[in-house]
Amino acid sequence: MKWMEMEREKEMKGSRFAGHGPFGFMGEDGKKRIRGAAGLCRGYLLEGVLLFPALLVCIPFLILITGSVMGRGELGEYLRPVLNGTGGYISWSLMPDYPTFGNYGRLLLETPQFFVLFWNSMGMVTAILLGQFVIGVPAAWAFAVYEFPLCRWLLTVYIVLMLLPFQVTMLSSYLVLDGMGLMNTPGAVVLPAVFSTFPVFVCYGGFLQIPKEMLDSARMDGAGEWLIFLKFGIPLGKGGILSAMVLGFLEYWNLMEQPLAFLEDKALWPLSLYLPEIGWQQAGYAFAASVITLVPAVFVFLAGQDYLEKGIVYAGMKG
Amino acid sequence: MGKRRAWVFFLMPSFAGVLLFVVCPFADVVKRSFQTAITGEFAGLRNYRMVFGNTAFRTAVKNTFLFTGFCIPLMVAMGLFLALALSNVRHVRFIKSLYLFPMAMPTAAVAVVWKMLFYRQGFLNKYAVRFSLPGRAVDYLGTGAAFFLLAGTYIWKNLGYTVVLWLAGIAGVNGEMMEAAKVDGAGRLERLVYVLLPNLKGSMYTIVVLSFLNSFKIYREAYLVAGAYPHESIYMLQHLFNNWFVNLDLDKMAAAAVVCGAVFLVGILFLQRAWDER
Repeated sequence: MKWMEMEREKEMKGSRFAGHGPFGFMGEDGKKRIRGAAGLCRGYLLEGVLLFPALLVCIPFLILITGSVMGRGELGEYLRPVLNGTGGYISWSLMPDYPTFGNYGRLLLETPQFFVLFWNSMGMVTAILLGQFVIGVPAAWAFAVYEFPLCRWLLTVYIVLMLLPFQVTMLSSYLVLDGMGLMNTPGAVVLPAVFSTFPVFVCYGGFLQIPKEMLDSARMDGAGEWLIFLKFGIPLGKGGILSAMVLGFLEYWNLMEQPLAFLEDKALWPLSLYLPEIGWQQAGYAFAASVITLVPAVFVFLAGQDYLEKGIVYAGMKG
Repeated sequence: MGKRRAWVFFLMPSFAGVLLFVVCPFADVVKRSFQTAITGEFAGLRNYRMVFGNTAFRTAVKNTFLFTGFCIPLMVAMGLFLALALSNVRHVRFIKSLYLFPMAMPTAAVAVVWKMLFYRQGFLNKYAVRFSLPGRAVDYLGTGAAFFLLAGTYIWKNLGYTVVLWLAGIAGVNGEMMEAAKVDGAGRLERLVYVLLPNLKGSMYTIVVLSFLNSFKIYREAYLVAGAYPHESIYMLQHLFNNWFVNLDLDKMAAAAVVCGAVFLVGILFLQRAWDER
């Protein structure tokens, strides 16, 4: 509840998410106050210190991108110790001598398998997110808006299920999927994910922000419950819904445990399981494939960062 | 559709699915945990005795406890420290994005880079040799260092997530209270210790729970980098379940799922009570 109030408070002030905390030299009116030169310097220094590990965090991205535009010869040179099992250590250059898109070309044009798996991944993620939208969003609405018997108790059940790791429910999922004849079909991965309680929880956080009075006055005007959900719930709870989608995309784009356990046929696998199958001999492929896998995730990340942050906060909120 | 009944229609599809896919089959698993795998005869506590006597299970439980016990306090503390620092600078958004960015890094891509960094002939060894540090020419993933590598990976991947949660918590602390403390002459450190931190207790429970949830997902990286049978120090419950599943040890799996499920349930409910009391 506290988080919700604070969220509202912030919205009123119109300030950016956790922009300037109440602690430190930038108080509530920090922007207006003229700070001394010493304070300014200290600010820059702190920013620099904070920036350094943040940049370190991004080094793996650089390695992948440079590797993906290196030619076979150059990669072979850098990775020779691993390839031949000879002594010495691998080396790297952040500026490829002869940048080329050859890896991408070969991967995209000459490896049909890659295409199949890419679209497998896309298909699964889309199906899961659509399903979660149809199933999870109304459930979140029910928890946020209505009072019904066992409401609190059910919410606790949903929280517990959200927190249970996949491995604990692995056997039970297998039993039911096997019973329904879904093993080794995309449904084995998609269906259980559709009924995941995580998006319910995130959307619930979003719906709690809607003032109850607004819904009551709509009821007074004679609007039915469905109409209220469609006309008020979805547009006003958009933040929560999109947050759930962004978090969901990043989660399901990396699907691993489920397809590994429930899909035997490699032609059904998502991209996330294909990459590790590429050996060192084809390092160029591996880098290009990594970058292509990265692109949708980074795109969603950049487009939805605000929602991502909101979603993280909503998931930690309790009514 | 009246207001009193409407919730049924909204909740039913989800609830039915949860019952069908999780709750009912789990009840079946509980039943199976008392039966033999093939014939389905009543076996009493035999499966449970088998699980507790299993060395792999003990190792996995120990490692999982060690990993969460090591990572979660570290993560919570680092996140708080960073969030406190970040709440003092202007380009929060940009820096925060950088910390959050690893969330977008696909697991499989992480595995590729990690191999380059930590294999016997990887960069870490290269620089260890160049600067003649101890522990040279080791395949880090094949030694006890794997544990710390995995812990580092977990922190690398989830630190941004934790920082966002802490920042939200810090922003939620009443500004007037901080101002009042300031007027009363409390220094920065005093304000931090006596006003800010006590008010962040609620956020901490949340962060612990979510960190725990995310710590279980580190299995993906562990599996892709080191396979189904990694170095003993990072052989976790997740590996064990997966291997039992592959070997169709369903009776052991049932008993272990019940044991773990019960431990999680107690843990979650316990944390939740603490959460409610905030």
